[in-house]
Amino acid sequence: MNFRNLSKTIAVFSALFLTVSAAFASGGEENKGEFKAGEMILHHVMDAHEIHFATLNEGTDHEKHISIPLPIIVWSKEAGFDFFLSSKFHGNHHEENHATGEHAHDELPTGHGVELHEEHAGVHKYGKYAMYHEHIYLLDEHGNLNFDDAGNPVNAQPLDLSITKTVAGLFLAIFLLVFVMLKVAGAYKKRGLSAPKGLQNMLEIIILFIRDDIAKPSIGKKYERFMPYLLTVFFFILFANLIGLIPFIGGFNVTGNIAVTLVLALLTFIITTLNGNKDYWLHIFNTPGVPWWLKFPVPLMPVIELMGMLSKPIVLCLRLFANITAGHIIILSFISLIFIFNNLYGAGAAYGASILSVAFGIFMNVMELLVAFLQAYVFTLLSAIYFGQAVEEHHHEEAHH
Amino acid sequence: MGLVTPGLGLIIWMSISFLIVLFLLKKFAWKPILNSLSERENKIDEALRSAQRAEERMNEIEAKNQNLLAEAAKEREAMLKAARDASAQMIAEAKEKAAEESAKMLEQARETIHNEKMRAVTDIKNEVGKLSIEIAEKLLRENLSTEAKQNENIQRLLNDVNFN
Repeated sequence: MNFRNLSKTIAVFSALFLTVSAAFASGGEENKGEFKAGEMILHHVMDAHEIHFATLNEGTDHEKHISIPLPIIVWSKEAGFDFFLSSKFHGNHHEENHATGEHAHDELPTGHGVELHEEHAGVHKYGKYAMYHEHIYLLDEHGNLNFDDAGNPVNAQPLDLSITKTVAGLFLAIFLLVFVMLKVAGAYKKRGLSAPKGLQNMLEIIILFIRDDIAKPSIGKKYERFMPYLLTVFFFILFANLIGLIPFIGGFNVTGNIAVTLVLALLTFIITTLNGNKDYWLHIFNTPGVPWWLKFPVPLMPVIELMGMLSKPIVLCLRLFANITAGHIIILSFISLIFIFNNLYGAGAAYGASILSVAFGIFMNVMELLVAFLQAYVFTLLSAIYFGQAVEEHHHEEAHH
Repeated sequence: MGLVTPGLGLIIWMSISFLIVLFLLKKFAWKPILNSLSERENKIDEALRSAQRAEERMNEIEAKNQNLLAEAAKEREAMLKAARDASAQMIAEAKEKAAEESAKMLEQARETIHNEKMRAVTDIKNEVGKLSIEIAEKLLRENLSTEAKQNENIQRLLNDVNFN
């Protein structure tokens, strides 16, 4: 499974790099107003401090962004809590020029500590803070953001608890999840033991599937205590995946964010570890049926088993993140092809490419719909299997097999 | 790369909100849903089991009925047979008795006839005797009605009597 996941991750990045390189290859000589697929895709896939819908008059002096500003919440030891809207970063200052596509470090002068920051592309300041490439930094005592030779900011970063695009998507998914499930629970209370109807019926099939085809066979007779977690994880991932597929609402990418999948994977790991019984730990530290010399002077087997134990949450985390991100990237890549063709061969080629691009985009969207369910299923199933391993009671005759 | 670096703020938001959702759904959604699901399943199970029990009982009853019917048929057969036997025996007995009786009656009749015949013969004898006497009387009276006749008779009788 590790290999499959690895290959998927590689596929994601190769797709990404392919598009990025295509974008760069398209316009070596002329830079202004050029479409950069890699940047556009990353911008869509990664977290942001606003929900961005469109940019009007791109590349001109009257450039206008249509976006919903999101609340910024930052905390630092020096400045304490601060709370303001992300639109403040774009408010009173000079016209931003980051949308022209120029890289920040293109303008970076050589030499350390040279203060040219007011003109530095993509730096947005507000009060004590500056935002650079969606990261928030504390300004130094002169109100400057400093860069090192490689073009990375060196200022301290406050703890960024902002309601970012992903957090907003997370809240939306959670709100829908709680709303729908409470409604369904209400239907059970209202309808009693009579046959399910409508939404209740649809979700009952999934709930029964999780109980009878995931939890019971994987965990065994102790499945009941894990049911709330498995159900919540399944429906959370499903809802978040589906929200990520809806166009025009801001392109939320909740389950395609590694922090989100990391938390989910860690929860599975914590529950597995807390529920591990004697046999589980015995299997890790003193694997039965293995020659003693693999364990005693050099604890080879325990180390391998421990690595296996720790790799499980990492695999869970990466698989979900990579699958969802890959889907988003591929769809965006297909759409980007239109603009790449426009840059390379002109408008006619772009119209021709758009037919194929849209067809493939639709195909990928349908695939993503499948993946949305599939990944929710896979995450839940693997969690259940790990729980099953943690609570499994080995008989000592069987342990030597 | 920013894409694979988890942001601390997002980790915090995700942990807090997911745990709250987990708690909320566990308490207000999964518990009632799973409870009513298993309750409904138990009820369906129960219903199926009781239906099976009812079917088994019905089969049992049917078998019992069949047995009862067979038994009843057998009994009826036996009763019929007994009745037939009894009636045959009764008929035989009756015949025997009738024969006996008739024989006895015949005997009696014969005896009676014999007796009657004897009495009739006696009566006839008596009657004949009486008649003979009467005739004799009448004759006598006739013969002795006149003096002449009496004399004649006497004469004749006297003639018959030879004093030898």
